[in-house]
Amino acid sequence: MRLELGKIQIKDVQFGKETKVEGGVLYVNEEEIVNLVLEDEHIKSVKVELAKPGEETRITPVKDVIEPRVKVEGRGGIFPGVINKVTTVGEGRTHVLSGAAVVTCGKIVGFQEGIIDMSGPGADYTPFSKLNNVCLVVEPADGLLQHEYEAAVRMAGLKTAAYIGKAGANVTPDTVETFETKPLNESAVEYPNLPKVAYVYMLQTQGLLHDTYVYGVDAKKIVPTILYPTEVMDGAILSGNCVSACDKNTTYHHLNNPVIQEMYARHGKDFNFVGVIVTNENVYLADKERSSNWTAKLCKYLGLDAAIVSQEGFGNPDTDLIMNCKKIEAEGVKTVIITDEYAGRDGASQSLADADKSADAVVTGGNANEIIVLPAMKKVIGTLDFVDKIAGGFDGSLRPDGSIEAELQVITGATNELGFNKMSAVTF
Amino acid sequence: MGKVKVVHYINQFFAGIGGEEKADIKPEVREGAIGPGAALNAAFGDAAEIVATVICGDSYFNENIETAQAEVLDMVKKYNPDLFIAGPAFNAGRYGVACGTISKAVKDVLKIPAVTAMYPENPGADMFKKDLYMIETGNSAADMRKAAPKLAKLALKVAKGEEIGSPAEEGYIPRGVRKNIFTDDIGAKRAVEMLVKKINGQEFVTEYPMPEFDHVAPNPAIKDMSKAKIALVTSGGIVVKGNPDHIESSSASKFGKYDISGVMDLTAETHETAHGGYDPVYANEDADRVLPVDVLRDMEKEGKIGELHRYYYATVGNGTSVANARKFAQKISEELRADGVDAVILTST
Repeated sequence: MRLELGKIQIKDVQFGKETKVEGGVLYVNEEEIVNLVLEDEHIKSVKVELAKPGEETRITPVKDVIEPRVKVEGRGGIFPGVINKVTTVGEGRTHVLSGAAVVTCGKIVGFQEGIIDMSGPGADYTPFSKLNNVCLVVEPADGLLQHEYEAAVRMAGLKTAAYIGKAGANVTPDTVETFETKPLNESAVEYPNLPKVAYVYMLQTQGLLHDTYVYGVDAKKIVPTILYPTEVMDGAILSGNCVSACDKNTTYHHLNNPVIQEMYARHGKDFNFVGVIVTNENVYLADKERSSNWTAKLCKYLGLDAAIVSQEGFGNPDTDLIMNCKKIEAEGVKTVIITDEYAGRDGASQSLADADKSADAVVTGGNANEIIVLPAMKKVIGTLDFVDKIAGGFDGSLRPDGSIEAELQVITGATNELGFNKMSAVTF
Repeated sequence: MGKVKVVHYINQFFAGIGGEEKADIKPEVREGAIGPGAALNAAFGDAAEIVATVICGDSYFNENIETAQAEVLDMVKKYNPDLFIAGPAFNAGRYGVACGTISKAVKDVLKIPAVTAMYPENPGADMFKKDLYMIETGNSAADMRKAAPKLAKLALKVAKGEEIGSPAEEGYIPRGVRKNIFTDDIGAKRAVEMLVKKINGQEFVTEYPMPEFDHVAPNPAIKDMSKAKIALVTSGGIVVKGNPDHIESSSASKFGKYDISGVMDLTAETHETAHGGYDPVYANEDADRVLPVDVLRDMEKEGKIGELHRYYYATVGNGTSVANARKFAQKISEELRADGVDAVILTST
């Protein structure tokens, strides 16, 4: 599969009469977005607000972040199986409104939504402070249950991102990058002397609002399977979860998966990057065993020399991570795992809920329990009502002056386990 | 701060009094620097000065820890120093333990900054590295020349309350405290680089060395459940409605203790979950799904268990640190034991 990714750099976002991209500025028609979102009877109202880098703006409670993209050549459409037909994607050409995002906000559970600060110390910890964000503050219809609310907000975000993405269809991209993965046998012939590597991509599927979707399928219900890396760039994997903000993989993270990017960067030089194995993080022991058995089996079947394994979430999924690592290593396939840590506010606790000797090569996104103080912001998109309650917050997190003292956990994407950030932790 | 006043602690050997045969000498204090103190003074330059040296035999200290500690603290206190340094102890085991013990006491009791130095395999290192900054030395006094400047530099920083860098920068034994740092490259790039090194058999450094894992063996089974007093303990966050103890939805810093005498069934009106790690709808509808009070009441009636303990304990196991969990468990088990509970059913989520 060969995909061209045409990136249109978005430097600013403004409301306008027509949704379009002109001179690097994204104009969005507020009314059309509102109408699109209100097509869903589960939603009572939606407010569209813009947040730009450097502004004294705080967005919370954040549910998902989505990059607007559009397919301009090749089979299928963006977000297959959800927004477009379930056609296999990952070939042809896709345009990206790079530097823009749709941010969905809503008090879905009041627990596991996050904070994005557009400036100040908090902005250093989230990649989304650097984007021009179109925020949807979604109010549910009366009596809507949490999981119905989540589904409605998720669809609202994806529909809006697809709608905005279309504005890039006829714009000449600033850069075009090409990614290609050939069928296994062909790549083995092309690079006979290079070690074969793959990416084991763990998806958050603990259930009860901790779900991820692959081509529209709830990933709890999949067995580990193989994707071309370019399928992910066209939205084959979508976030539908409310786990702690710091280490959930938003849809934006999936679309821009940095492990895939970095593996392509070394493909054909240091190794032959043959593909992606997606697997899940279910809560039942039998599911954990089956899935980790299968990832190890697929690694062996592909004849891999090495693999990178990335995690999503923490605690319970630590066991899936360690099971995957242990079993893949036992097949003679070398691993590097990517995780983050919950070492306590003082950093003195054990960081993971599971451990094994075979996990000798670990990259960490940092300690999510570390405390940060976020100054008050002039503007709040959403509401501060849940700051004390969201994971990482505590009684008194929100101070009377509007500043916040909380764990890094509250910041969307802060300790990302796809290795999206320039952060780590060391033992002092 | 002017010139930093330092009291230095050394053993009988480094004071030049004698070896093993003099290891039982009691603490004594002398004005100025003695033995290794000279190297430290040289490293301090004008920034600090050793005003007194306390000398104690290693056997005496270790065999009379409480008395020796009190005696040394008294001597140190008299000089009211700005800084206390013990050692370096290198690989001398009892000397290392003495350096760690007395440094911690000076820090905790006298509230005077204290620093020491030893070889990482000295038993004193494991005992005190979490409490103290401890410069890593070689295993013998031959390393004094290298160790003294590092020790003097770190000690001055600690005395002045300056920010302490990483173990690699400062030369101290890692204290086991994880701190976040910003890096030059993103995590994914670091991962791919590590993978290439691992494939090629080159050396690489993991960012998180795996810890020794704490496995707890279950107790032997109860022989006669019909007489057993059973308690319920949960990390699933089931609390009295309204969460009166304000247990956090994640990273809990406390647990709650709730009376269920006479409660036959948990309902949406009486109980709910404080846990932030799962969809609360089903737990809030019927908290027995997480904390099975109803079933245990049935079993109590049927005579399958002796009785259900009148209190249950609850916390939130969502990102709660192992240190906090251990602390809660110690407190809860003490109380359960005092209340004559025979067995506990632990439920998660």
